[in-house]
Amino acid sequence: MRPLRLVWIYPDLLSTYGDRGNLLVLERRARLRGLPVEIIEVNSDQAIPRDGDIYLMGGGEDLPQTLATRRLQADSGLHQAVAQGAVLFAVCAGYQMVGMEFGGADDTPVAGLGLLDIRSGRGEQRAVGEIVADVDPALNVPRLTGFENHQGVTRLGPRARPLARTTLGTGNGDGTEGAYAGRVLGTYLHGPALVRNPGLADLLLSWAVGPLPSLPERAEELALRLRDERLSAVNAR
Amino acid sequence: MEENNHRSRLPMRARLATTVGGAAATVSRLAGKGDGSVIGGIIGLRLEPDLLSLLAQGRRVVLVTGTNGKTTTTRLITAALRPLGQEIASNIYGANMEAGLTSALSRAPGAPLAVLETDEKYIPAMVKATSPRVVVLLNLSRDQMDRAAEIWLLARRWREALGNAPGCRVVANADDPLVAWAAGASRQVTWVAAGQRWRDDSWCCPHCGAHLERAGDDWSCPECGNRRPPVSWVLTGDAVIDPSGRARPLDLALPGRANRSNAVVALAVADAFGVNIAHALRELRGVTSVAGRYTQVSRRGCDIRLLLAKNPAGWLEALDVLAPPPVPVLLSVNAQGPDGRDTSWLWDVDYRRLRGRTVLVGGERKLDLAVRLEADEVPFRLVNDIDQAVDLAGAPHLEVLANYTAFQQYRAVLGRTE
Repeated sequence: MRPLRLVWIYPDLLSTYGDRGNLLVLERRARLRGLPVEIIEVNSDQAIPRDGDIYLMGGGEDLPQTLATRRLQADSGLHQAVAQGAVLFAVCAGYQMVGMEFGGADDTPVAGLGLLDIRSGRGEQRAVGEIVADVDPALNVPRLTGFENHQGVTRLGPRARPLARTTLGTGNGDGTEGAYAGRVLGTYLHGPALVRNPGLADLLLSWAVGPLPSLPERAEELALRLRDERLSAVNAR
Repeated sequence: MEENNHRSRLPMRARLATTVGGAAATVSRLAGKGDGSVIGGIIGLRLEPDLLSLLAQGRRVVLVTGTNGKTTTTRLITAALRPLGQEIASNIYGANMEAGLTSALSRAPGAPLAVLETDEKYIPAMVKATSPRVVVLLNLSRDQMDRAAEIWLLARRWREALGNAPGCRVVANADDPLVAWAAGASRQVTWVAAGQRWRDDSWCCPHCGAHLERAGDDWSCPECGNRRPPVSWVLTGDAVIDPSGRARPLDLALPGRANRSNAVVALAVADAFGVNIAHALRELRGVTSVAGRYTQVSRRGCDIRLLLAKNPAGWLEALDVLAPPPVPVLLSVNAQGPDGRDTSWLWDVDYRRLRGRTVLVGGERKLDLAVRLEADEVPFRLVNDIDQAVDLAGAPHLEVLANYTAFQQYRAVLGRTE
């Protein structure tokens, strides 16, 4: 069987806080279902492979965010992969980058990758803390629990749908959180966002490989306990 | 010795501020609320906002900063300067913001020397306030991102502050590209090859952003020409090579590569103050534990060693220090304010080398750590407290690795030994 190819984009520039977690969660949940996995970490001085199945983009500071965007534009591999139907999951700075525009250093607008119809700028104050959000019912994913740490404000255009509606935290800044269109999905939940949201991880996997068999119960007992504990801690169970 | 008493030269309001602050610190200590250094400093600063500058005047000040090793290095530098035979003011309890520095100076009014651990964010303000003779830059990596500044930004602020401090010598780790760039604008730098174990925050050039070329400890930027500066002090294995080229074994009582690195930095600082290197080294070898770190305590027949690590780079170094298997390990993580409320950093640490030994997991965020270990296929058991860990370990030794408040909780249970 051809292995599932997970491509982590620019861990040298876009990895500020635990972004590796998303890669490890996808890998584990695929392997537990008998899917072979190939992990490809692509540094910013290397070419983006066109034949990946799921591409991951993490967080980054202002300067790395702008540099990484410039490089991905010049490379064009990610654009080709997405045009061919690959899955793209982007968190935090990566989420802003996949949009049409974001606020760079000193909030000067920087052209984004144009893979998602969103525009981001800088908000009045930094949003730091736990976030809880109810996912678009069309996606059939349990509510999101995570940590956000950003100063972005994001507006969605007509060609993107909000991923979720916030019940705690800031998200996009207008009561919605994240966005998706086709198989491109972005969120302000930063770092290892999939750890507490195995349902979201499975959504991405199913976009890549189709319907998934369920996992043995023991395999996700700890992840579900952690999820419950975190939701309880903010009274959101 | 009246002319040596800095407090007596202070303006009246500043003298009152140090007295009132000192009284508050005493009350705080008696009430069992820590060592009182922060509350004393806060009250003093409220009465006299320039108190820190006034207290620093006429002293030779060393500021010590970096993501990891600040407390230990401050302690090591204080030891290495002892041969000078002068009183040294220091914030030995790790209160490292303006109030803590103020308190450390006001408690030692006659000390002509001061070695002050300083929070990374406060370096620009503290450089301005204390006009330090030496600033020590150890390392810079991701840490408590929910409250700390982003590190490229921090490096730029250090660079600006040190570029505007002409009378200050910088002692900096040349092996950390972010630190080297931050120190690079200074006119006098002593470069130390202190090593860099954690590299995930410095794959790219802090000046232009290009992917750095790295071979061993050497690094250079293929685009802008930024490169590792030539060094005058080198840590190699367990030995230090001084600027004359002479190698000496370090033979520290403190464990681990990170502490050897801190010790070489301390020697470079001592040398800048004219201390004989052999004499300074003798003092460094006498340091056995620092604010409870590396302390060995016995609990119900089990020898427990406490290790503190607060972020991915710290955990990486601490995992190196652990006694080899089969000695069991207790890992403990909290996420209170001082720890950072975000546990994402757990995913930046590679735990796979813990496979093949008994691993126990405790702390208020043990489930976060449990899910992380599961992903790395490290078998573990959850524990509620240190005694349960001792029971389950069933061994004569237990290594405990904890982050900040988890560490303090265990220290409180086990009894402070210093």
